[in-house]
Amino acid sequence: MKYAYYPGCSLNATGIEYNISTKAVAKHLGLELWEIPEWNCCGASAAHNKDHLLALALPARNLAIAEKEDLDVAVPCAACYCRMKATQMEVRNSAEMKKTIEEVIEMEYSAKNEVKALLDVMVNHVGLDEIKEKVVKPLSGLKVASYYGCLLVRPPELGFDDPEDPQTMDNLVQTLGGTPVNWSFKVECCGAGHSTAKPAVGLQMIEAILRDAKENEADCIIVACPLCFLNLDMHQKDVTSGQDLNLPIFYFTELMGVAMGYSPKELGMEKHFVNPVPLLEKKEILRHPSARREEA
Amino acid sequence: MEEYNLNEALGNAKSFRQKIEEKSGVKLSDCYQCGKCAAGCPVAFAMDYTPRQIIRLLQVGLFEEALQAKSVWLCAACETCYARCPHGVGIPKIMEAVRIEADKKGIKPEKTLDLFTNLFLQSVEKYGRVHEMGMMVRYNILSLKPFQDATSAPKLFFTGKISPLPHKIKDNGAVKKIFENVRAKGGNV
Ligand code: SF4
Ligand code: SF4
Repeated sequence: MKYAYYPGCSLNATGIEYNISTKAVAKHLGLELWEIPEWNCCGASAAHNKDHLLALALPARNLAIAEKEDLDVAVPCAACYCRMKATQMEVRNSAEMKKTIEEVIEMEYSAKNEVKALLDVMVNHVGLDEIKEKVVKPLSGLKVASYYGCLLVRPPELGFDDPEDPQTMDNLVQTLGGTPVNWSFKVECCGAGHSTAKPAVGLQMIEAILRDAKENEADCIIVACPLCFLNLDMHQKDVTSGQDLNLPIFYFTELMGVAMGYSPKELGMEKHFVNPVPLLEKKEILRHPSARREEA
Repeated sequence: MEEYNLNEALGNAKSFRQKIEEKSGVKLSDCYQCGKCAAGCPVAFAMDYTPRQIIRLLQVGLFEEALQAKSVWLCAACETCYARCPHGVGIPKIMEAVRIEADKKGIKPEKTLDLFTNLFLQSVEKYGRVHEMGMMVRYNILSLKPFQDATSAPKLFFTGKISPLPHKIKDNGAVKKIFENVRAKGGNV
């Protein structure tokens, strides 16, 4: 199975462990990821708040390069995924917009290939059965709150799962041997860039999510977006009750990697702000099941 | 509540309403003011007008109020309102369209959000990608918050999460060209 891979800016920077763990896990599963050469920023929320055409054209250049190779595109970042899907849909729906975008990027782009969230690719295309076969260190006794946030599942016509009660990551957690937590904030908004540009607002949104996970007795939160991660991990210490929360945040690819036997270091986990290793040690997840004291 | 002369407002404002409807692809009369959007909006607590009220302002022709609203800048484009609206009203698209119109008129009630957006796009135009560290340093200086996130900086730096040097893509100027071409078509960049 081969996909074009669009990491996006964050995965080269603050979301670097998402990139590292994605590459490790994909290789392990025989999923070939062809990184789009010299890809550019998708424009994120900045471009669409400024100019509609710019917001469509920036993703289009990357998609056009992938289209030349006739490959579907796998996108790890939820925000990039949403922007790229928006471009693909506009081009499919309007011949006029297709022409305008092609004029702006000075390339042909007909949106014949698919854009997929990396989570969707892993769970629904590689498949849970394949993943299950590779699990050697099941996440036994680990209570995981799956946090989807906004742009993986909304707007509804872009997403691949239910916009109010998605299950893709919960099913993955179960497959990895963990326990999905039932909680209310799985699709609440983390405020995206507000934590930086409007902290009084952003931090309140982040805290509400963390507290709800904690109140529902989650040991940790799993995410599929570098911005969600940054907000819940790095900014955890900045929210009012942050010091006491001590709630490790994982990319779903990291927990896949752990269950497949990779060490936290190989997955880039030493880069987290909230150190997740003590939790994994406490639950004996880094040991082979036969060497664990008992199944929790 | 203040009183407005609705007739006057409705009269001179038809074109602005049309513009917003065209840009957003949303028919403002589709909203029947049920308020479900406002109830679920995660940013409503910080807004001056709820999403429902923004639509109301536009429906009744109070465009100046809508253009001055902080709400359209605070909207996180999370799409919750759209997912829940019983009538499929694309509120995030309206927020976006009003924000762009305000921006074009130089109305920027949320200075830091405006600055963040502009620095982000400048970085993309220059390097093809966002250079997070360069952008944050400029943001902190220009927003006069030199120590924001300062406690996170060393860890970000030493784990290689942020780098002092930008990564410039080798695209033969393709991204700069995109910005130029959008400008040539009258874009707001
Ligand atoms: S939920 Fe829809 S119909 Fe109800 S007030 Fe909001 S936009 Fe109008
Ligand atoms: S898209 Fe904007 S207005 Fe709608 S719920 Fe989210 S923050 Fe509120």
